[in-house]
Parts: sequence; structure tokens; C-alpha cells
Amino acid sequence: MVVTVGRREIGIFRVDGQFYGLLNRCPHLGGPLCAGQIVTDVVSPVPGDVRTRPGRTFVTCPWHNWEFDIKTGQSYWNDRLRAMPFPVSVEGRDAAAALGTAARTPGPYQAETVPVAVEDDVLVLRLRPAQPAAAGTRATEAGA
Amino acid sequence: MTTALLEDRPRDQLWSGPVIDCDVHACVPSLDALFPYQDKVWVDAARERGYRGPTGLSLTYPPLAPTTARTEWRPADGRVPASELGLLQQHILDPWRVEKAVVNCYYAIDSLRHPDWAIAMARSVNDWLIDQWLDRDPRLSASLVIPARDPAAAAAEIDRVGKHPGFVQVLLPVRSERLYGQRVFWPLFEAIERNDLVAGLHWGGLAEHGPTPTGYASWYVEEYAEEPQVFGAQLTSMIVEGLFQKFPGLRVSVLEGGFTWLPTWAWNLNKKWKGLRREFPWVDRLPSEIIRDHFRFSIAPTDMGPPEQMRRIIDWLVTDDLLMYASDYPHLHTDDLHALLGLMPETMRANLMSETARRWYRFK
Repeated sequence: MVVTVGRREIGIFRVDGQFYGLLNRCPHLGGPLCAGQIVTDVVSPVPGDVRTRPGRTFVTCPWHNWEFDIKTGQSYWNDRLRAMPFPVSVEGRDAAAALGTAARTPGPYQAETVPVAVEDDVLVLRLRPAQPAAAGTRATEAGA
Repeated sequence: MTTALLEDRPRDQLWSGPVIDCDVHACVPSLDALFPYQDKVWVDAARERGYRGPTGLSLTYPPLAPTTARTEWRPADGRVPASELGLLQQHILDPWRVEKAVVNCYYAIDSLRHPDWAIAMARSVNDWLIDQWLDRDPRLSASLVIPARDPAAAAAEIDRVGKHPGFVQVLLPVRSERLYGQRVFWPLFEAIERNDLVAGLHWGGLAEHGPTPTGYASWYVEEYAEEPQVFGAQLTSMIVEGLFQKFPGLRVSVLEGGFTWLPTWAWNLNKKWKGLRREFPWVDRLPSEIIRDHFRFSIAPTDMGPPEQMRRIIDWLVTDDLLMYASDYPHLHTDDLHALLGLMPETMRANLMSETARRWYRFK
């Protein structure tokens, strides 16, 4: 699901019962990341021996098909590129059961975090006060 | 330019350090020269049929084409260029004061479809190389040749002579029946690795399909000009098929394939890998990194354009440890080695002229 918050689009994914959010903007060239395919990681130690890795779920950007780990925003092959992960939690009837937060690594492509919550079956998006100057501009615009 | 003849500039002025020439040719003068190294059954078979040797040779290297042998290197008495050690010594080894040279003999054995005769032919070429070249000049190393259409027989031939200290490489004609990355060739590469040899991807080969990636060309010049695309297809196949995950120690030399096409080609393959790697997940890193670890390129031909453009290509190679000097004797290239060296940093010059090849072929 992709939701719009101000001018930002955030994709919310449910993987193995947990919720994860990613900015709908590929850190490569700005493609609509969350409109891509959702796939399971495949690895192979040697030609012909191909295995999936259940639990490692990727979204692939529709522009160049790059894979990003939905949980962390990490691209598979290049540590310098990381999609923007948003912490997503379920609040309300079971507010205590927060379902996890995506890890983040400081890097050139990191963006501001926007918590996304579900309260009584209603999506609640809370925009944080801006932190870095550049991100702050967008956050203000989005909140306006 | 006549760098290869050392006319414009003495050798020491061109390069004062050691020279390793990673691609010089030994040409079989005639089928008769191989008879002493063949079983009588094959000598008789040739005589009874009037067979004069693999037909593909004159297609790959038309005998009188200007590219096949530089005029200055054609013996006046009509002997086949580069067919005797004395010629190589006189034209290259001595004037260039070559420390080591890798002899490649392309005899188009792959154009001979007789499965047993092709094996016998490859054996005889290898024994001729040992007897007439390797054992007569310690500066020489060589590529052994194989019946390329038959990977199992090729592996057997590699095991038969691959331990001879003079052989450092296995010659793989770049045009092959199937792309070399495919698993049917695993026994071949297994044997190459087992014998601690390099796979030398070299111009030549008679594929089932035409010499261009999409059929027959009308003119020889087209074949000659299209060849880099065939090299590109083989590199792509070897990388995508996971040959270097299967054989992590495998070394591949690209000989007579040029290298100016490499940066754009590798960049494109990197891009394709990022987007399509799920199809071949055994490739777990950038193709350009695989190239850096597993491939080296001879500089003949260089086909160097304007120096300022060539400098960009050299920069884009990223590493200074990828290129190896080759004269490609006796073939004609009009490359200007002096100009090429002038575009390179000092470390790259030394690597190019000797050190990359020294490490690659494990010369002392």
C-alpha cells in the first residue's frame, strides 16, 4: 500500500506479520520504488544451486529493477545505496505489541523518518519535526 | 606507425625495462611438418585424401591478407611467416630483447570435424610446439591447442601435455560451437584449473553460425571488425554462467580481442546485473570486479583513437593491472606503443610491458 503524506509517498509493507515503511522514492534515481515487484531474495553458491531466503523480502524498483530489502532499505549489492526505511508500528488495541523497527545506517542516501501507525484500523501518519535542514524543508511542506 | 619494427625509436628509448610479449605466433608451415608427430594412420589419411590441413586457417587468416603478416615479416623466399623459431628470434625476440614470450599457434583444428583426427591434430601441434619451439629457446612459453569441439577430449589433451613447463595457457578460439560459459565446457575448464594454466581466448574459430553475432558477413573486413563483439559475448557468457564461481582460480586472457570496448561493455554488464541478477544469483558481485580478478587483455590490437579520448578509456579501466603487451607477431597492427605508454601512469607502463603478464602467467 502506498499512502501520501503531504508531498511524500510512503509505501507500507506487511512481511511475515510485521509492518515496514519505505519512502516511495528510489535512492538511485528517484523512481517510484514501492510500485515494484515484491520478491524473496535468491542466492546461489554455485551455478545451478539456487535457493530462496524466506524472510528476506525485497521490493524491486520498476525503473532499473534494483532490489531493496523492505525491512532495512538496504540494496543488495551496494552499501552506499539505501532506500529510506520508515518505522511502522501497530498501535491502539494492541499498542504494546510494536512489530519492529527497520534498522538504519547513516549514509548519503538516508532520509527523514516518518512513523506510521495503525490505530483501530485507521492509518495514522505522524510527521516528525524536521532534523537536517534539507529534510526539514520537505517535512514542513508535507505538514503544511 | 611502425613501433613493432623499432624503426622510429630504439627499444630502450621506447621502454628501458623488461618486455614480456604475451602473444606471438607460431604458424604451422604445412601439414607435412606435423607428420613426424602423428600416428601413421593420420599421415596416410591425409595423403590418401589429398588433405592439406584444416580449412579454417585460410578463412581466419587469409594467407596474403595484409593483416595476416606484416610485409617486413614475410620471408622473401616464400616460407610461411612466423613458421620457424629463427624468424621469431630475428624479428621479435632479439631486437626487443624479450624476456618471455607466449607462443600461440592457431591452426584452426576446430574446423576439422573428424573427432579422432582433430584429437590427433591437436596432439601433433602441441608436440611440434614443444619440439620446434619450447625446447629450443628458454624465452618461450606457449599455449597448448585442443580439439575445441570436444570438451572431454580437450580435457584429456590438457592433462596429457599441460604439465610441460613450457605450456602456460590453453588456446580457446573465440568463435566456438557454443558459448564457453555453458556447463558443457566445465570439464575443459576443470582441466585448465587442474593443470594451473590460463585460458587464452584468442581470435579465430569456426562456429556453426557466421563470424558475426548474427550471421555471415560479405567481406573479410567485416569479420575482422566484428570480432570484439564475439569476445564480448564470450566474456558475458563466462561471467553470467558463473564460471568463476565454479572455478574460483580460473584466469582468462583475452588475446587479439582489443580492449577499448571493455569499459562501456563492463559498465553495461554491471547495470544489467544490478537489475537482472535474480536470474543468475551465483554472480554475487559486480561483473567489472570479476573481470578485474579473472581477466587480462593483450594490447594488440589497441586500435587507439585520438590520445585525449584514449586517455579516458584508460582511466575508465580503473585498474592499472589489466593490460599486457603483445606484438601479435607476425600480424599487422598499426598501433603506436610509444603514444599508448605516454598516456599511462608509470606503474601502469611497467605492468603493461611485463609485470602484469609476469604475475598472470607466474613467470619468475
